[in-house]
Amino acid sequence: MPSYLAKPTPPNQDKRWKLVDATIRRQGQQQRGLIETLHTVQEAFGYLDVQALRYVAMSLRVPLSRAYGVATFYHFFTLKPAGEHTCVICMGTACYIKGAPQLLDAVQRDLGIVPGETTPDKKVSLLTARCLGSCGLAPAVVYDQEVAGKVATSAIREHLKKWTHA
Amino acid sequence: MTPEELDQIAETEREAQSQFTQRVNVCVAAGCLSCQSQSVKDALDQEVTRRGTKDHCQVKGVGCMGLCSEGPLVSTSAGVLYKKVEAGDGAAILDSLDGAPVARLVCPTDVPFFQRQMKIVLENSGVIDPERVEDYIASNGYTALIKALTEMTSREVIEQVTKSGLRGRGGAGYPTGLKWSTVSKAVGTQKYVICNADEGDPGAFMDRSVLEGDPHRVLEGMLIGAYAVGASEGYIYVRAEYPLAIKRLRNAIRQAERLGLLGSNICGTRFSFRVDLRLGAGAFVCGEETALIASVEGKRGMPRPRPPYPAMEGLFGQPTLINNVETFANVAPIIRNGGEWYAGIGTEKSKGTKVFALAGRVENTGLVEVPMGISLREMVFEIGGGIPEGRKFKAVQTGGPSGGCLPSECLDMPVDYESLARAGSIMGSGGMIVMDESSCMVDVAKYFMDFCMTESCGKCIPCRVGTYQMHRILSAIGNMTATQQDMKLLEELCDLLRHTSLCGLGQSAPNPVVSTLRSFAEEYRAHIEDHKCPAGICGAQPAGETA
Repeated sequence: MPSYLAKPTPPNQDKRWKLVDATIRRQGQQQRGLIETLHTVQEAFGYLDVQALRYVAMSLRVPLSRAYGVATFYHFFTLKPAGEHTCVICMGTACYIKGAPQLLDAVQRDLGIVPGETTPDKKVSLLTARCLGSCGLAPAVVYDQEVAGKVATSAIREHLKKWTHA
Repeated sequence: MTPEELDQIAETEREAQSQFTQRVNVCVAAGCLSCQSQSVKDALDQEVTRRGTKDHCQVKGVGCMGLCSEGPLVSTSAGVLYKKVEAGDGAAILDSLDGAPVARLVCPTDVPFFQRQMKIVLENSGVIDPERVEDYIASNGYTALIKALTEMTSREVIEQVTKSGLRGRGGAGYPTGLKWSTVSKAVGTQKYVICNADEGDPGAFMDRSVLEGDPHRVLEGMLIGAYAVGASEGYIYVRAEYPLAIKRLRNAIRQAERLGLLGSNICGTRFSFRVDLRLGAGAFVCGEETALIASVEGKRGMPRPRPPYPAMEGLFGQPTLINNVETFANVAPIIRNGGEWYAGIGTEKSKGTKVFALAGRVENTGLVEVPMGISLREMVFEIGGGIPEGRKFKAVQTGGPSGGCLPSECLDMPVDYESLARAGSIMGSGGMIVMDESSCMVDVAKYFMDFCMTESCGKCIPCRVGTYQMHRILSAIGNMTATQQDMKLLEELCDLLRHTSLCGLGQSAPNPVVSTLRSFAEEYRAHIEDHKCPAGICGAQPAGETA
């Protein structure tokens, strides 16, 4: 069998690649499983790096360009590792008219980063969301995995201070 | 699974439930969960165990009860609804089951917010445990499927759906019966059913609440749809941003498979159907059906020209039925009660009920289901309870980035597909955001244009470049640097995008601009000629603190 048809070996010994392989198998090694597989990689590793993309592309026999295209097309995928904590500010319509821009402004000034970036000390990543669907509780913020509603500027500052000074 | 077996499950479950003389339902949908409703439920569970009343007092986690702004919500068998419940209130609530309600927590239910609603899609939401199929079956679940499979031909099923006048609840309002009959007539070796649960409109959370509160209802609708069109495989395309909905759907699929309601030869008939989940990855354009299909196929979510419509050539080139979550959720009651019953609700051209997500500057925010044809005034001032802090109503935004802003002149207009379209907006998926005088309409238009610009997939030029240019002009207006020339260009661009874009995203992207230009021209003029923002939002960014 030519080498390019052989199943590629995972980039390293990390056990999490077994999860990725399981997803690939469940999708019948079909190209249509690309997005599902990338979801598994991101869930396991937190982000998609070039090495992971190359492995997934080879396993599913899709061109690396297509895997990269899909990974960059969808907002949910990230190619950079996140910081220790993540702060997601919802910028949905309800949150927007209830003061989300002011929250974002305050956080940007405090942390000195823009959405999509991580503080230099790798403590906090700042993200924005299209809509969390918590519109009844606008403005909403997600601290790590926890959704907080009706967030005031002072509250978000307080919360971030705990992270940055921890 | 035979009809008798289903009855048996329902009977056993009802009997088990009748053992409980006291019932406490805690909302565990995402809205209330983010106000710590899980700890309320845990506290109630512990308290019941401690009191040793576990055999006659049931604590149940249920789906959304609607009034999200007052969460966590708890309802009891004594018929009382409690709001803003904390973990420490558990004992007091249990004490109240046999006595007077806890006055400080009572949420009055004799107000228009609850009284004006009519629940069809949400009838089980807030009542049944979304993680137990038995509870769904005890509330007449899956009887519509059994009825369709054993008593009706696929043509009769389509007939009932056509008769009901149900229209697509994703926004466009295409007649569901017509779509089903097109797919059923299409020729293909394999047909697919896709449930569009990629609820991307900012400000809309109806589909999520249905999936979280009553996932089996959606599965049942898909099964009936699959039977009607002759499909044997289906996908639910759900946003990865909704982890709880995904978890409950996975659980529901597993339960339905275990009971033989999904799989091969369902109910001993020749009908087989399998369902799999596909996670969206955060692309608004994937709500468009051809883009969604591309995404299910593992590609970038880019739309393609139609025809051929997915009903003819959809997923993997095969005939495909795509409906929205809420559309599928309407199917089981229609089959159970007949199409004519459903057609008796609503207006002449818009039948049935619609679930709206009421949010923004309004007293009661949350999820409401109302019959079509209700007026906007009733929505905002009666159900919504009016504008807080005695401020003045300015506009209500419907349909998300594809919709428009309706001014106070439109308040007495009935809410149905045609009226909203005539007023320059769309029904959309059902987000309804109320704005008061503190919102600047130019800023709102810019916000939506920013959304469409970022979400444009980049395939067709009118949308990719047009949204960028329109955003630039709107930003200039916001910075008070725009001229009359810019306004003229803006209007031209609206026309251009509408007529030359490839898909709905680009075609409807100008809607927020067109509708605000139409109703709030004065605000645009003030920005350009007087260099003033009447709401005080634009220009030098005010560092306003939120309350």
